Amino acid sequence: MTSRFDDVIIQTVCRILIPFIQIFGLYVIAHGHSSPGGGFQGGVILGASFILLCLSYDIKEMKRRLSRKRAILFSALGVIIYAGIGLLCLLLDGNYLDYGRLHRILPVDPVRARSMGILGIEIGVGMTVMAVMVTIFIDLASEEEKRN
Amino acid sequence: MIWQIDLILLAFVLVCALASLMVKDLLSSAVIFGAYSFFMCILWAEMGAVDVAFTEAAVGAGVSTIFFIVAIVKTTRRTKD
Repeated sequence: MTSRFDDVIIQTVCRILIPFIQIFGLYVIAHGHSSPGGGFQGGVILGASFILLCLSYDIKEMKRRLSRKRAILFSALGVIIYAGIGLLCLLLDGNYLDYGRLHRILPVDPVRARSMGILGIEIGVGMTVMAVMVTIFIDLASEEEKRN
Repeated sequence: MIWQIDLILLAFVLVCALASLMVKDLLSSAVIFGAYSFFMCILWAEMGAVDVAFTEAAVGAGVSTIFFIVAIVKTTRRTKD
């Protein structure tokens, strides 16, 4: 998996395709609360775009964009976003993940605040899933000693 | 739900599941397992569970097939038993 396999057709097609895959992943995350999809599916699509980058170029190119250390940081950041929104609702005198209470700090009504709260949760879940998929792939594909 | 389409898709799912268990070549087995995931995805979309079908298409057919193939590249391609 680490040897460089140069093929101009595969590399060009993947270079054109990967931004559209990532835009689709972000679309799935952003519309997760009102249509099929959500944080998990969008995160998997975003992670698959990075895996496609590794398959078409090589693993060094992928690590230049998203290294293993940074991916682990992203996964922790997603969990912090999820737990932070939940605890924020707890601090605002509601239950854990009770997004309706967020209207006290957001300039919108409770119904709209509920929609925005679930969007924040989806963003956190998507970030964690994307980073964990990339980390599993790097651990599987790279050599034993030069992992970072 | 149209029961004829359900029956055809279930037959394909069964054939793919049995083939991925029977085949000796592990790479072929992984690819047939990806086909099984796609047929499950179509079956769920046909039964109206679009969210589950989306997850199956992204995780089952996309990422887990790549993980299987990377694991095969790292180990051996032929099964021992």
